[in-house]
Amino acid sequence: MASVDIRSVTKRFGSVQVLHGVDVDIDDGEFVVLVGPSGCGKSTLLRMIAGLENITSGEIRIGPRVVNNVAPKERDIAMVFQNYALYPHMTVYDNMAFSLMLAGAPKDRIQQEVNRAAGILGLGQFLGRYPRQLSGGQRQRVAMGRAIVRNPQVFLFDEPLSNLDAKLRVQMRAEIKDLHQRLKVTTVYVTHDQIEAMTMADKIVAMSDGNVEQIGSPLDLYDHPTNLFVASFIGSPAMNLLKGEISGDQFRTEGGAMLPLPKSMGSGPAVYGIRPEYIHLSPDKGIEARVHLVEPMGSETQVSVRVGETPLVCTFRERVNAKPGEAIRIMPDRALAHVFDAEKGNRISIN
Amino acid sequence: MALTTATAIDQVAVRTRRPNALARLFDNKLFLIFVCLTPAVGLLAVFLSYPLGLGIWLAFTDTTIGRRGVWIGLENFEYLLSDPLWWNAVFYSVLYTGVATIGKFALGFWLALLLNQHLPFKSMLRAIVLLPWIVPTVLSAIAFWWIYDPQFSIISYLLVDVLGWRETNIDFLGNPWSARFSLIAANIWRGIPFVAISLLAGLQTISPSLYEAAMLDGATPWQRFRHITLPMMMPILAIVMTFSIIFTFSDFQLVYAITRGGPVNSTHLLATLAFQRGIASGELAEGAAIAVSMIPFLVFATLFSYFGLGRRKWQQGSDNE
Ligand SMILES: Nc1ncnc2c1ncn2[C@@H]1O[C@H](COP(=O)(O)OP(=O)(O)O)[C@@H](O)[C@H]1O
Ligand SMILES: [Mg+2]
Repeated sequence: MASVDIRSVTKRFGSVQVLHGVDVDIDDGEFVVLVGPSGCGKSTLLRMIAGLENITSGEIRIGPRVVNNVAPKERDIAMVFQNYALYPHMTVYDNMAFSLMLAGAPKDRIQQEVNRAAGILGLGQFLGRYPRQLSGGQRQRVAMGRAIVRNPQVFLFDEPLSNLDAKLRVQMRAEIKDLHQRLKVTTVYVTHDQIEAMTMADKIVAMSDGNVEQIGSPLDLYDHPTNLFVASFIGSPAMNLLKGEISGDQFRTEGGAMLPLPKSMGSGPAVYGIRPEYIHLSPDKGIEARVHLVEPMGSETQVSVRVGETPLVCTFRERVNAKPGEAIRIMPDRALAHVFDAEKGNRISIN
Repeated sequence: MALTTATAIDQVAVRTRRPNALARLFDNKLFLIFVCLTPAVGLLAVFLSYPLGLGIWLAFTDTTIGRRGVWIGLENFEYLLSDPLWWNAVFYSVLYTGVATIGKFALGFWLALLLNQHLPFKSMLRAIVLLPWIVPTVLSAIAFWWIYDPQFSIISYLLVDVLGWRETNIDFLGNPWSARFSLIAANIWRGIPFVAISLLAGLQTISPSLYEAAMLDGATPWQRFRHITLPMMMPILAIVMTFSIIFTFSDFQLVYAITRGGPVNSTHLLATLAFQRGIASGELAEGAAIAVSMIPFLVFATLFSYFGLGRRKWQQGSDNE
């Protein structure tokens, strides 16, 4: 196992700059998720760690060794591709045995390693099949088996679950996490799905447009997003973000609603952020809001309302019987509201 | 509004209740199959089976030009078996097909691999590769005729006058063995584009991520070729090879245009021999018998490719993720 250090890494494809100086420290045994919208450069960064793309500038270390000029096979990493990249003409066994066979390992050792990986992943009865004879989830497991067999220092996953249906995705999410807890191999996992990132990561690296926006634990990003990008990207349903003006300990939205701030902050334009679940029903002293849409989920109720002209999404623990067009009274939890700089989008520290 | 809707519904009802006989006939699957196939089957019968059948029938008669033949059974074939020229042609057809196929596939595959790399001017290179195939065969035959000319050959010129490696010109087409291999070289040159472009199409279907996965698994370039490219290309290699063998074995134009089977009948293929006997000498039945004698070789080559190299077990099953 090894740590991975990414230092001021940039990447250019011809004249297009895709990564603008990325710094990430990944500790030994850590499960790190690179998350961001499609096209932000996650895969490129992962492929640079793997050695499939060269590094325009900066430095990547795996363990103590700088690997900028080390060939992929010398880096002691294993990668699971989005399309699995299983060798279609080889059986499951041969797919998993391939790397050991190339390394010239003795037959019985290959068999032992493949059986160990197959045992971990429950692939025992499929060893004689070809990839085309497997379901999506089984192929996914073979791809992981191929990685496990090699006992690498680092696992790299590039959107491994995006080709699976929703139910299988949840199941494989748990399996990968469980696998990591058993093997404790440093893992870098790329996804565009913030729920995957939140549920799986020890540490999330949120990226947009080739920049790292924030690095931290899932709850860190959830509770203290450093800027509007992270605030809007992490969490579902997304945080309510409303443009407007600070005035004392109140915030006046463009739509005319007055929302409470944690403390008095002077005045000036800003963006107000409040997560849907931090807005509560408050029949006595709440703000009047017109109900727009009610979506009962069972455990909670998601209600879209308008305060004046300002749209807000709220999730309530209580069941709400209001009908569209009716009025309810709500109150944001003022201690949990965020305020962001109107121009740069950075969070303004309140405490 | 209500009225028109009612009428429309009425019309639909009428149509579904009493479809006329013609419409029903055209809904009948068997009838449709029959109607659609008839023209094709008719054309095939007239333009394919008739000449083929006539050729085969001729082979069992003693027809010559100007004389209607009678059925003589296998006599023509018995004669061929004792004819050294036929054995010569069989030998050269097999040699020609074997060596040319190996040459075409070795060079064509190599070219396809090169063209599959990221090269500057890639599309222009691909177009250039196709040139030998686009040029009419007779034209390239004439070009080779000049290249192999005993006096004006450019190869001789290079070897003798430019490089000084030889004293005398080479007489490419003057003696049997050099003529045989000169023709094979010309056939390889002509056949490479077909092989290269077909195989290039096959190479492009191999997902780059397989190579990346193999690279991470520690495969050297040679191992990637040996364990990924080659097995993945097997099905398409089989198909292209079947076609190539059929075209090469039944080749006629190149040989007939360059050597006409000479010197002393040493470069006759079965096709050129059949033409020589059947048309040029007027022994129609014998020519037909020679042509018919090609059929078993072609059938064998096809079956070999089809069963030996064709669809693999790993290709069975579904593609969906
Ligand atoms: N080989 C390449 N050549 C040129 N541009 C590329 C190449 N690979 C990726 N890109 C560009 O780099 C950007 C980041 O791509 P990628 O890392 O695949 O994004 P992500 O995985 O986050 O969706 C995209 O705009 C993409 O078009
Ligand atoms: Mg990607």
